[in-house]
Order: sequence, then structure tokens, then C-alpha cells
Amino acid sequence: MMPSDRRFHETLRSFRVAAWLGWQIESNWADPFVFAIYSLVKPLAGALILVFMYAVIAKGGVNSPLFPAVFVGNAMFIYVPAVLAGISWTIIDDREHYGMLKYVYTAPVSVFAYLVGRGVAKAAVATVAVVVTLLLGTLALSVPIRLAGIDWLLIVGALVSGCVMLSLFGILLGGVTLVTARHNYGVGEAVAGGLYLLCGVVFPLDTLPSWLEVVGRGLPITYWIEAVRRALLGAGTPAFDGLSNGALLGVVVGSTVILAGLAVGTFRLAERRARARGLLDMQTMY
Amino acid sequence: MFWRTVCGRAYPRVIGSQREKSWIFFEILLPLLQVTAYVFIYRAIEAPPEFLGFVVLGGAMSAYWLNVLWSMASQLYWEKETGNLELYIVAPTSRMAILLGMALGGMFQTTLRAAAIVTIGSLLFRVPMTVTNVPVLLGVFLTTLVALYGLGMMLSSLFLLFGREAWHFSNLLQEPVSLVSGFYFPVRALGQVIAAAASALPITLGLDAMRQLLFPSMMESLRFLSAEVELGILTGSAVVFLLLAHRALAHFEKLARREGRLTVRGQ
Repeated sequence: MMPSDRRFHETLRSFRVAAWLGWQIESNWADPFVFAIYSLVKPLAGALILVFMYAVIAKGGVNSPLFPAVFVGNAMFIYVPAVLAGISWTIIDDREHYGMLKYVYTAPVSVFAYLVGRGVAKAAVATVAVVVTLLLGTLALSVPIRLAGIDWLLIVGALVSGCVMLSLFGILLGGVTLVTARHNYGVGEAVAGGLYLLCGVVFPLDTLPSWLEVVGRGLPITYWIEAVRRALLGAGTPAFDGLSNGALLGVVVGSTVILAGLAVGTFRLAERRARARGLLDMQTMY
Repeated sequence: MFWRTVCGRAYPRVIGSQREKSWIFFEILLPLLQVTAYVFIYRAIEAPPEFLGFVVLGGAMSAYWLNVLWSMASQLYWEKETGNLELYIVAPTSRMAILLGMALGGMFQTTLRAAAIVTIGSLLFRVPMTVTNVPVLLGVFLTTLVALYGLGMMLSSLFLLFGREAWHFSNLLQEPVSLVSGFYFPVRALGQVIAAAASALPITLGLDAMRQLLFPSMMESLRFLSAEVELGILTGSAVVFLLLAHRALAHFEKLARREGRLTVRGQ
């Protein structure tokens, strides 16, 4: 049994090295200027699609009362595919593309810290994209975010618990990815796409048919996005009027704790299966 | 030999890709999720029902754009990574035939997915479509595909020089093209200048023309150019892109051979 302080240092070292490696893989294919443009163009284009949809139809265009909540929801959702699919993608990338996953397992590293570390680079890029998108909203589209009006305690709590929650979702998906072949590319995107639809990111949750609304209310990301809306805008969507800020944050933190057990358990189970079936160095050529 | 190569390269896409049922599921599901989310946005802001049709049609055409990006433009990069590219180069056949086979197979493969998206989307959201002129609609659709896959063949040659940036470049061209081509709203909303610039992409004019032919009354005030003019431009684009693809393939293959990039992996 490894002493706990040694295990802590090993975890920290694995995390640090994985974060550095993730950053190199993410960014060193282009010079910094091209990389910066690449990192911003995609999320900004996604936000502008919403802007034009509102501009063409909604009475008052982007001044419609719905728009700020939708815009903030869409901006924060940039984190979801970046962290969630990013961590699970590490399994595919290391196993299929670089052929390195088996070496990660033979090295003295913490696999969880390694996976989360690899997700950090994507989260960092996503953070810049979120900030720039919110700045665009505030400066050019009259989204009412004022520094003095931000609930800092709520935003910090929501961001920290949200990042942990998304990392755990990523580890859960990573476990699924470990034992699947040829479906890998679809899994992360399908989950992120499903969450985009079900969590009321770009429309009020009550627009969904009632049975889908129930599913949306069962997902912690719905509450996380609502908490961020309230922290930044001072108000969220009417669907959660009955919940206080503390209750929203409580749901996010509580579900994160439950998710932690589920994610770690699923990953360990998948890992055992992958080792037993020799899937750690699987090459499906897809 | 040319046509045997075309058939040989199209085969895995026409037959092979149908064997993995989960792929069909994901390829229909992913665009449908996006389409459904955008449909609910329009419902939330009480848009006329025709706008739901704009989104469904845009979602179906986005399947073609994604196929062009990931299975045409990036294809030779994947082939390089998996070690097939050198086999293509040493095979005694035309590389143009390989690209054409990829394009025809991709068109077939994607048409099944796009048809499913239109059918499911239209039934699910009760989209009120009125087909005013079937021959012109078919003409616009097919010409758009020829021009689009011609562009894909041209990009495919260009990507011969790329390493990992091929993946990033394809990734980069998803949302921005959805925006400027008006996948989810009429392109005219972007203004005449941006819409004119975006017309360089065949899918922009193809979508606008098809929307005019399927939702004539709603598009009267929202169209960019008339469907006939757009069909004319698309025909010209198809010829230009195919010619450029032929020239680009010869040029970039020569360049890639000279710079030793044809067999470099994990770059």
C-alpha cells in the first residue's frame, strides 16, 4: 500500500504532466495567432447563429426578454463538450491515434489524474471562448452583465462544482469508451448534443414536451446553467422560480457527489474489463 | 480501370458503412438533436411553422457538409495516418477516380441519412412543405451536391499537405459555415455582402433555392436571389470546382511527393 502523501504527490505529478501534454497536443499544431483564432471562431459562430435566429424572428430581436438567459446558457455550454467529450476523447486519441494508452497504464501514474489533466487544456481554451462570447454579448448585444451585479459567491461555487461535475461525466464516458469500438466518435457528441437539447440551454425548459422536461429536470447540468444565469444576470428562467440560489447550488453539489461514485465505479469496472479482454491497445482503424 | 476504381472506392461507403448499424443511428441522431434544439428555439420565440422547415432542411444539408468535411476533405489525411495513402499512390489507377468514388459513395451514404432527417423532422414537427416545382427542386438539389462534392474533392487534394491541422481545419469549418451559409435561418439575414461572399460555398445558394421551392410564400420576402439565378450559379460552381479539383490534385500530389509528406504519420 502506497503512503498517502506519496500517492498525493503522484496524483499531482500525473495531473501536471497530463495538463502540459494536453496543452501541447491541443495547441502546437499551429502558431499562437492561428490557434487563438481557431479557439474563438467556433464558439463565436455558434453564438452568432442564435443571434441571427432571434434577429430574424423574435419581436425586438436580441432585445427580447428571453435572449440574455439563452445567450448566457449557450456561452456556458461551451464547457460541456470541451470537458466532457474532451476527457473521453483522450482514451480514443491515446489508444487509437498515438498508441500510448498501454504505456500510460504501465507507467506509475494515476489514470484519473491523467485523464482530468488532459481535459484541463480543453477547459482552458473553453474558458477563453466563454469569456470572449460573454464579452461579445455584453458589449455588442446588450446582454445585461454588470461586474457590480455579479453574485461572485454563486458564480465561483457554480464554476468549481460545475467543472468537477463535467470532469466526472467525462470519466464516466471515458469508461464507456474504454470498452467500446467503432462507436467512440459518436458517444461524446451524442451525449453533448442530448444535453444541449434537454438542459434548456437555448430555450426555456418548459418549451420541451412535458416528458422531456422531466428528463431535463433530472439532469444536474440544467441546474448548473441556471445557477450561472442567476449569478451573471441576477435572474434565471421562470422554470426554476421556486428554487433559491442555495438550493440550485445544493442540487449541483449533491449530484456531483453521487456522480463521483458512479463515474469512478463505472470507470474501474470498464478498466477491469478492458484489461481482461486486451482492449487497452485496441486498434480499430476508425 | 477508371470506373472500376470509382466503384471500388465507393463500395465501402455504399455497402460497408451500412453494416455498422450504430453508425447509421449516430449519424441520424446527431444532426437530429441539433435540429430539435433549434426547432425549440423557434417555438420558444413563436416563429411561423415554415421556420421549423428551414431548420429541418438545414439539418439535412448539414449532414452533407459534415460528410464533405470529414469524409472527403480529411479523407486523404486519415488514409495517410492508417497507411493506405501510399497504396493509393502506387496503384496503377487515376487518383481522380479514387476521389470520385469517395464522392459518389459519400453522396449515397449521406442521402440515406439526410432523407431520414427530413422525414423524421417533418413528421415530428409537422413542417408545412409545398413542393412547387419538382424538376427544378431536383435539379437544384443534384447540382448543389455535384458542386459541394467538387469542393470536397478540391479540399481533399489541399489536405494532402496537412498533418494534424487537417482535423482542426475540418473542425473549424463546422459552425462558421453553419452561420454564413444560413443552415438555420435565411442567409439574407446576414446582409447582401456576407450572403454574396458565402455564395462561394455551394450549400448557401442550394439551401436558399430549395427553401424558395419548398416554402414559396414565406421565402418571398426572405430570399437572397431567385431560385433560377441560384441554379445557374450552382451549375457554374460545379464545373469550376471539378476542374479545380483536377488541377489541385495534380499540383498538391507533386508538392507532397517533393516535400516527403505523403507517408509522414502522427504529424
